Amino acid sequence: MYQAIVFLPLIGALIAGLAGTSLFRMMGREAEAFGHDTGHDHGHGEHGDAHEHHHQPPWPMYLTSALLIVTAVLSWVAFIGYLHDGGVQKFEILRWVGSGALSANWVLRIDTLTAVMLVVVTTVSALVHVYSIGYMGHDPHQARFFSYLSLFTFAMLMLVTSDNLLQLFFGWEGVGLASYLLIGFWYKRPSANAAAIKAFVVNRVGDFGFALGIFATFLIFGTIDFDPIFAGAAGQVGKTMDFLGYNVDVMTTICLLLFMGAMGKSAQFLLHTWLPDAMEGPTPVSALIHAATMVTAGVFLVARMSPLFETAPYASDFVIIIGAITAFFAATVGLVQNDIKRVIAYSTCSQLGYMFVALGVGAYGVGIFHLFTHAFFKALLFLGSGSVIHAMSDEQDMRKMGGLAPHIRITWVMMLIGTLALTGFPFTAGYFSKDAIIESSFASRAGPGAFAFWLLVIAAAFTAFYSWRLMLMTFHGRPRASAATMEHVHESPQVMLIPLYFLAAGALAAGFVFKDYFIGHDYDAFWRGSVVSTEIIEEMHHIPAWVIWSPTVAMVLGFLVAWLFYIRRPDLPATLAAQNEPLYRFLLNKWYFDELYDFIFVRPAFWLGRLFWKRGDGWAIDGFGPDGVSAWVVDITNRVVRLQTGYVYHYAFAMLIGVAALVTWFMFGGAH
Amino acid sequence: MAIGLAHYLTVAAVLFTIGIFGIFLNRKNVIVILMSIELMLLAVNINFVAFSVQLADLVGQVFALLVLTVAAGEAAIGLAILVVYFRNRGSIAVEDINLMKG
Repeated sequence: MYQAIVFLPLIGALIAGLAGTSLFRMMGREAEAFGHDTGHDHGHGEHGDAHEHHHQPPWPMYLTSALLIVTAVLSWVAFIGYLHDGGVQKFEILRWVGSGALSANWVLRIDTLTAVMLVVVTTVSALVHVYSIGYMGHDPHQARFFSYLSLFTFAMLMLVTSDNLLQLFFGWEGVGLASYLLIGFWYKRPSANAAAIKAFVVNRVGDFGFALGIFATFLIFGTIDFDPIFAGAAGQVGKTMDFLGYNVDVMTTICLLLFMGAMGKSAQFLLHTWLPDAMEGPTPVSALIHAATMVTAGVFLVARMSPLFETAPYASDFVIIIGAITAFFAATVGLVQNDIKRVIAYSTCSQLGYMFVALGVGAYGVGIFHLFTHAFFKALLFLGSGSVIHAMSDEQDMRKMGGLAPHIRITWVMMLIGTLALTGFPFTAGYFSKDAIIESSFASRAGPGAFAFWLLVIAAAFTAFYSWRLMLMTFHGRPRASAATMEHVHESPQVMLIPLYFLAAGALAAGFVFKDYFIGHDYDAFWRGSVVSTEIIEEMHHIPAWVIWSPTVAMVLGFLVAWLFYIRRPDLPATLAAQNEPLYRFLLNKWYFDELYDFIFVRPAFWLGRLFWKRGDGWAIDGFGPDGVSAWVVDITNRVVRLQTGYVYHYAFAMLIGVAALVTWFMFGGAH
Repeated sequence: MAIGLAHYLTVAAVLFTIGIFGIFLNRKNVIVILMSIELMLLAVNINFVAFSVQLADLVGQVFALLVLTVAAGEAAIGLAILVVYFRNRGSIAVEDINLMKG
């Protein structure tokens, strides 16, 4: 069954990608392709299927979607089995790498953590596939799109079922590749290409750390399989190793390096810049990859490596601090963004920060619980916003929306559910998971925990504000779109709405149905050691009442301010922005991170590249290398050629000079 | 004034130099080059004969006769080439004869 879960998406991707795209049809019928290239005007008349180039056959999207639905159903079956009993199951697929002491076999490792991730990945992926049938219905490259989506799902499943770090890295890079391909899906847009490259390059920074972490793990433990590493972690506490000339603590170093990979993939503070730009991709991609699954791979990594992080308190503190800063930072930026997808993107970034705080304080189950619930409501918000964009004829700027609620009632309800869940309205999914994170941060060790607690509470208020701002600006108030656009506003087809119903059900119910398993009194029975169980879970149930109420108060506060700003006094935001111009600019420009990185990294990189190009290649190598030598030869021969005038008397003169010189030498030189 | 070896050698050197300059300074006609070569050969012959008398060795005079025949042959062949060249190219001006450059 687990083999089917993992490999069905790959099969779908291969069939759709190879047989569904024009690549394969071109290969099969060269003559037709040739005919289309040469004479386009008569080509249409001669070939009956010429219109296929504009409307591809729909079977790739139905095939991949059907396979994903099967996968999702199987995953739920597996997950329900794991609710009450389970344990680690392993299925060996093949012997993969065996080189010296390094051996890495391709093994599917299924435990509770994996089961949770399987459900998240396959459910969201299946719903996004179905949604895309409607959303991408008019796109000429459907087969490619669905093939990429399925390929992504396969890579993500590889990642979550991995049994060693190499396998994890394979999935890790696989999702990175799929993310790159999908962000740049509309490859004719320069901005999409730039965003895709940015995502790829920024992720490489994190992956560099991740790769170093894997190397260090192999160096210390002599293996990269999970079980021996987890078993040996405790024995390595306090030992040191040489790294860059310093004597550093083994476990702290490994954990920090691994966390660097997680920071890149999960868009944490300092490596977050790619995530908002990734919104250039189609909206279903944003929902699947950049909200629900891929960006949570970092969270999964840290949770999977929880036995290591438990032995490295400094690394855990670092995780808390980065998570808290990210949660706060992204929330502040989200306050002022005007692009509907960017607001949600920063919200995602912020929520990922929450998850890392939970992981850092040792409440691994809580972090994964938030991952689980977040997948539902964030995918819901993204797909809902996709529905809004669809209705608004591809308009993404919230300043040009407003008053849409009566026209697209169902989308409005769906977005409302997503917003309630995100802001932590009582008894929705976010209420349980996010509040649990805030409580666990309060219950943790004094220093970073308290720091995180306050930042998270403030971020919760900001979250409520920007979420309601999004809702109110989009759906309420007076319409700001042109009359022509407003006339075209229409509800999305059922195929796009049905996934929203499922996600809405998840966003409402996932919290109270599963909270006992994930974070409640069934904690140990549910997780069964797949993540480390710490006393923090117990402690977070014994905290002052004001702490429990603080996120709710923050949420209400955020809502009231949003209501005041956008319904009661719509003139206030502009006045406030004018009064605090520098702060507003600072937030609107995302804390100037792009500009800063442009200055620190991009420009020097360009400068270095230009130096190598102009000076190194153009001047040194072309000047003195093969090209240079050949240029010299040509140059010298050109001069020599000019000596050969062709006039007899010039040659005779040269001979005479030569004879005279020889004679002179014989007469006066030392030739005697 | 007794005419000695030095006078003969001087005349020969003068003729030879005139022949050389005839080749280099002439910009008009290839025939002049041929004539200059004849002059140089004459200068050589004068040297041969002068030294032959001076050293009382007949070989020098024999060699001079050999040079004369060679010069005659050379003049004949050279003129023949010129005629053919003129037929082909329509000109025997020195400026036009530069096909030997690379």
